[in-house]
Amino acid sequence: MSDEEVKVGAGETAQATPKPAGKPPLSKERKQQARRRVLRTILLTGGVLGAAVSGWLPLAYAQKKRLRPPGALDEKDFLSSCIKCGQCVQVCPVQAIKLADLVDGFGVGTPFIDARAQACDFSCDAVQCILACPTGSLTYHKPDFLAVRPGAKMASKPVLLAKENDPEPTLNLAERIGVARLTRPESCLAIQGKGFKGQARGAAFGGELRYMKVDRWKPIKVADHPYDTELCDLCVQACPIKGAISIETVFAPDGSQRKSPVVHESCVGCGVCEMICPTEPASIEIIPGEGWRA
Amino acid sequence: MSSGLKQRFADQIKAMFGTEPRKDFEIAPAAKEIHFFKKNNRDFIAEKLHARAHAEHKNTWRNRRWAVLILANLLFVVSFYFDIQMLEGALTASRFVGFHLIDLNSALQVMLAHKHIITNLLIGTGTVLVLWVIFGGRTFCSWVCPYHLLAEWAEKIHLFLAKKKLVTDQPIDRRLRTVFWIVFAVLALVTGYTVFEAISPTGILSRALIYGPGLALLWVLALLIFEVFFVRRAWCRYACPIGLTYGVVGIISPLRIKYTLEGCFHEGDCRKVCLVPHVLDTVIKGRAVDTEVAIGPDCTRCGLCVDTCPTGSLKFDVKGLSKLM
Repeated sequence: MSDEEVKVGAGETAQATPKPAGKPPLSKERKQQARRRVLRTILLTGGVLGAAVSGWLPLAYAQKKRLRPPGALDEKDFLSSCIKCGQCVQVCPVQAIKLADLVDGFGVGTPFIDARAQACDFSCDAVQCILACPTGSLTYHKPDFLAVRPGAKMASKPVLLAKENDPEPTLNLAERIGVARLTRPESCLAIQGKGFKGQARGAAFGGELRYMKVDRWKPIKVADHPYDTELCDLCVQACPIKGAISIETVFAPDGSQRKSPVVHESCVGCGVCEMICPTEPASIEIIPGEGWRA
Repeated sequence: MSSGLKQRFADQIKAMFGTEPRKDFEIAPAAKEIHFFKKNNRDFIAEKLHARAHAEHKNTWRNRRWAVLILANLLFVVSFYFDIQMLEGALTASRFVGFHLIDLNSALQVMLAHKHIITNLLIGTGTVLVLWVIFGGRTFCSWVCPYHLLAEWAEKIHLFLAKKKLVTDQPIDRRLRTVFWIVFAVLALVTGYTVFEAISPTGILSRALIYGPGLALLWVLALLIFEVFFVRRAWCRYACPIGLTYGVVGIISPLRIKYTLEGCFHEGDCRKVCLVPHVLDTVIKGRAVDTEVAIGPDCTRCGLCVDTCPTGSLKFDVKGLSKLM
């Protein structure tokens, strides 16, 4: 077969040499070509399916869950339903939402929040990402047939401090996306009885937060809002949800009294405390997908 | 429609799923006459050689198409970059001044995996379905899909290397695309993950353009290298389930390429530039079943054949429009 014939296809060749009745026996060359074509077809099949199915590996070997945007379905259902369009990324006023890359396997292109870098502080009031989601991956109303994770259901709708005096002060969230935990109590400044003075995360930190006393509608850089406290309570000051965290007097095992941040049931898992925590690494962290345990 | 045209219409749908086009259709008398006239007609052959030698190569439709493709993708980018909220989202799902638009194949994957369809998903899918029924199904591929443009450039490199005899096109069984479509649909249904979306170069590229590049582009690069050195247009021709989904939409679309037998020289230049040459089987000498034949649903309406045809025998056409006017 010449080059020309390969490009133009088998049709014209058949036209040039009239076919006898019935199927003519294939020449040796044709047979070989057919065999190679089958091999190449298998190669492409293997390559594409291999690449596709290997996306499962990162899920199977994941060390840490991703923190998903507010209103996210449980991880498995979230990955089923997310269409990877990034509309939630586009509406977020503090750019808290990022899209996952290839290392997330099937989760490539799905939104997540790196709370330490930029947490969701509900600056948008209405949870814009939920409103933007076209497939219901982020939703106010989870379909009935989907099970609720133990401890995920909020006892009551969380009150957003920024809207506390509005006629409708709550966030319409039925489930939390995680829970804040004091994972490194030994480094917590409050527990050590220390105060904090200065920029919470240093001058170079680019994260933003809405400070009601500064501007209700415009979040500003954390670096532009220095703190000065006798006893560090930055997590409590920054928390956007009413009654989610407070500084309490606690008793250590040796009987001594100390102050400590304590997380309460109304924590939705937004991650502002993790972002604002001035110790490095953060003393308080969000455990993504975690339920509330009294 | 003559019986030959009807048979061909059905056969072209089958060809889209991977069979080889049939050659034994009943040919209408008017077409038979033209076929007979062209046979051994010295004047016609002389005219054809002359016309072909003087034909200037146009890039009219290609340029229009590239402009539309780049503008469509750029609109996503500037919409996010300048926060003007014209076209929010990515190619998989977006909102055009507030109206939901959802890619048919992505929507299908999500519906199969999640097994729950919310209103917005349905509205967006419906809107896009109507849009591409009007504009021709696989028109999405060549006029919107960013991977198509990259693959087109890769194809140019491939053809250049082929000319230098450094590479050859290694064809693959076209039925593979249908197999992939079924496999990915079943995978979504059974595993509950939108497996195809993780490797869709359309989605990966669209997100990379809008939200910044990532490692996922390596997969796109691998596909392009495979196409340059081994198989011409491998992904679009033999693998992409998105193309098949839109192809099915194209079955009922009135917008298509129309072939006119009379002036055609049967040189086959159109088949050489075509992404899906099996839709152009009708231009082969003696094959056209009627004096005018509509090109099948697998055609991406890219217009390369229209640009290439030295006789104007291939033209864009809207079914029934000429009757109305």
